[in-house]
Amino acid sequence: MAYSEKVIDHYENPRNVGKMNDKDENVGTGMVGAPACGDVMRLQIKVSDEGIIEDAKFKTYGCGSAIASSSLVTEWVKGMSLEEASELKNTSIAEELALPPVKIHCSVLAEDAIKAAVADYKEKKGK
Amino acid sequence: MDINKNYFDFIGLPISFHIDQSLLADRSLELQKTLHPDRFAHQTEREQRLAVQYMAYLNEGIATLKAPLPRAQYLLHLKGIDTISESSTPVEPMFLMQQMELRERLEEIPELEEPYDELESLLEEVDDLLAQLRERFAQCYESDLESATAVVRKMQFLEKLVTEIERLEDRLDG
Repeated sequence: MAYSEKVIDHYENPRNVGKMNDKDENVGTGMVGAPACGDVMRLQIKVSDEGIIEDAKFKTYGCGSAIASSSLVTEWVKGMSLEEASELKNTSIAEELALPPVKIHCSVLAEDAIKAAVADYKEKKGK
Repeated sequence: MDINKNYFDFIGLPISFHIDQSLLADRSLELQKTLHPDRFAHQTEREQRLAVQYMAYLNEGIATLKAPLPRAQYLLHLKGIDTISESSTPVEPMFLMQQMELRERLEEIPELEEPYDELESLLEEVDDLLAQLRERFAQCYESDLESATAVVRKMQFLEKLVTEIERLEDRLDG
């Protein structure tokens, strides 16, 4: 299948790959997976006391579209508030990366991952 | 013969996750002989066409029933559950954590001094996990469909990992 240029760019030069200390109370971790294709995605955010996402990291084992979707999300959410980040829609990801219909679920996975990371952070903070 | 029958009935096996592989092989061979194109050479065009259809269905059936994962997926399919093309499904966080760790280990193997040792032990570990899941599936798919479905989803993650392990093995051998 032909990948769009943006997908290839994120796949070949993924942004923000890595791991944060998930014990850190300012770090929220979202872990999601897609059983149908066996993809696994971890997305982490570091949140300032003002509730702004200062940094984001991801690690994805999956296809190019899944890697690109999570890479893009880490770029987008930096500087966002938690509310803005949790309002992120998979359709914007799919549109930006020009994902074909069969790869839409990769963008859904990335949306689920950022939502899970925000939820994990909020749970830690007891808010 | 009737391709509206499910694969188990078509081939003549009881509908079960535990199957007798030698019985599957014997029945398959028998049917393949019966459906061999040579036998239909002098029959009508319609009969030849049907034989080709039966043969295709038979071969799909053999491939599906032979290996545990497609067999489990098919048993769920017979109960109206599709784990192959479903999109977003929540998975237990602990299981995902484990999947992440196993994949991280796999990723580090090429840098090791003794990559084959680690490759071997990783594969053994994954095989053990898969064996446990198969056992679990056999126990629960008739009584607890929800658990059985969750088990198959886990099997799908692990089978994907096995493919990745084998791919790395090929690369190291290359």
